[in-house]
Amino acid sequence: MSMRRQAGVVLANTGLEVKQLYSDRDDRVLFADLCFQLRAGELVQIAGPNGSGKTSLLRILAGLSSRYAGEVLWQGKSLLKHRHEYLQELLYIGHGAGIKAVLSPLENLRWSCALRGLNNNDDQILSALAKVGLSGFEEQACHSLSAGQQRRVNLARLFCIPASLWILDEPFTAIDQRGVTEIERWLSEFVSEGGAVLLTTHHRLSFAQDFKVVTLGEVAHV
Amino acid sequence: MSESGLAHLVVAVLRRDVMASLRRGSEWSNPLVFFVMVCALFPLGIGPQPDRLAELAPGILWVVALLASLLATDSLFRGDFDDATLEQMLLSHQSLYPQVLAKTLAHWLMTGLPLSILSPVLGVLLQLPATGMLALMVSLLLGTTVLSFIGAIGAALTVGLRKGGLLLSLIVLPLYIPVLIFGSSAVKSAVAGGEYFPQLAMLGVFYLVAIALSPLAICGALRISVDQ
Repeated sequence: MSMRRQAGVVLANTGLEVKQLYSDRDDRVLFADLCFQLRAGELVQIAGPNGSGKTSLLRILAGLSSRYAGEVLWQGKSLLKHRHEYLQELLYIGHGAGIKAVLSPLENLRWSCALRGLNNNDDQILSALAKVGLSGFEEQACHSLSAGQQRRVNLARLFCIPASLWILDEPFTAIDQRGVTEIERWLSEFVSEGGAVLLTTHHRLSFAQDFKVVTLGEVAHV
Repeated sequence: MSESGLAHLVVAVLRRDVMASLRRGSEWSNPLVFFVMVCALFPLGIGPQPDRLAELAPGILWVVALLASLLATDSLFRGDFDDATLEQMLLSHQSLYPQVLAKTLAHWLMTGLPLSILSPVLGVLLQLPATGMLALMVSLLLGTTVLSFIGAIGAALTVGLRKGGLLLSLIVLPLYIPVLIFGSSAVKSAVAGGEYFPQLAMLGVFYLVAIALSPLAICGALRISVDQ
């Protein structure tokens, strides 16, 4: 995929590494001594019951939250010191809407792309929207779209913003069955081209390649 | 970051915020309606004697403009926080400073600017002498910008709280006071036929300092608010 920068460089490196990560919330330990690695060309699923800290973990790894102890390394370097380089490679899609309801999908994505330094790439945005099945809805205000369609607008960012690491929080929420299969195919394509994916989902992933599962919620009572 | 890249970023954020605000309507119309209504009530409450109204007009106009600006402040980052687009801003590898600057300017364009433009009409309503009109408009143009930037710091600090409304006012109001003093004093001097340039120059200083420095505080405050 031409959208990804320096794929070769990424392949040669170690990707995302989590060492002895600890986090708590309201005096409740979410996870302790959590270690795992996510290399280029891999997919890691974070599993665990509701409230086990999946979203907290993803927010920490995206660099949004600093409520943790331990180390997070990107390409062998600390996330805290190399935030800028990390953010260039990262695409995080949280469980929030991620779009302004009063604006159209096209306007929303234009803004998202501008934040990433991509300008005047309407063609790419339109083809991304077509890919997520929103052709014909480009100019319609997002609040008039269904919940699943709004989620798709947010997911369209995957195809207009180049990144080598996707962190996705419940990407299948509100998506229909065919859409889920489609997203699984996109993830598989991305991974086979050297991308790295970290996601949470309660859905049973059917995925062509092997993938790791990190289960949270078991260490909490230790 | 290249200069053209920076310009693109600022324009994109400005355009998006102005468009969203125009479509929602209430964001820009509420402060304006508040400004007009309260100013229109004063002649009814005080009585129609032109001298008394004229004497109070600079203070009334400025206080009401300040409160209208405060009213609009809470919504500055609230919407972006709720729909998680604020996360996208924080996770952009581009600097947050120009984004925040553009957002706050967009907010001023939708609140402070219409209010300043409308102020001479309300000045007439409050019997403000014609000599004070120019000072009123210029002082409000400068002053409301400063209020927007100060308010944005408070809004960024309180955006993560469930009920930040009162706290926001407590944080922001003390910082509003110097702007109010110099703003209304400029109009009073102009009405009295005196020199009002020094007060405007002082507001100009506030203006430049606010634009240059407050985005730094806003960026830091936003990071703290989202980090939870």
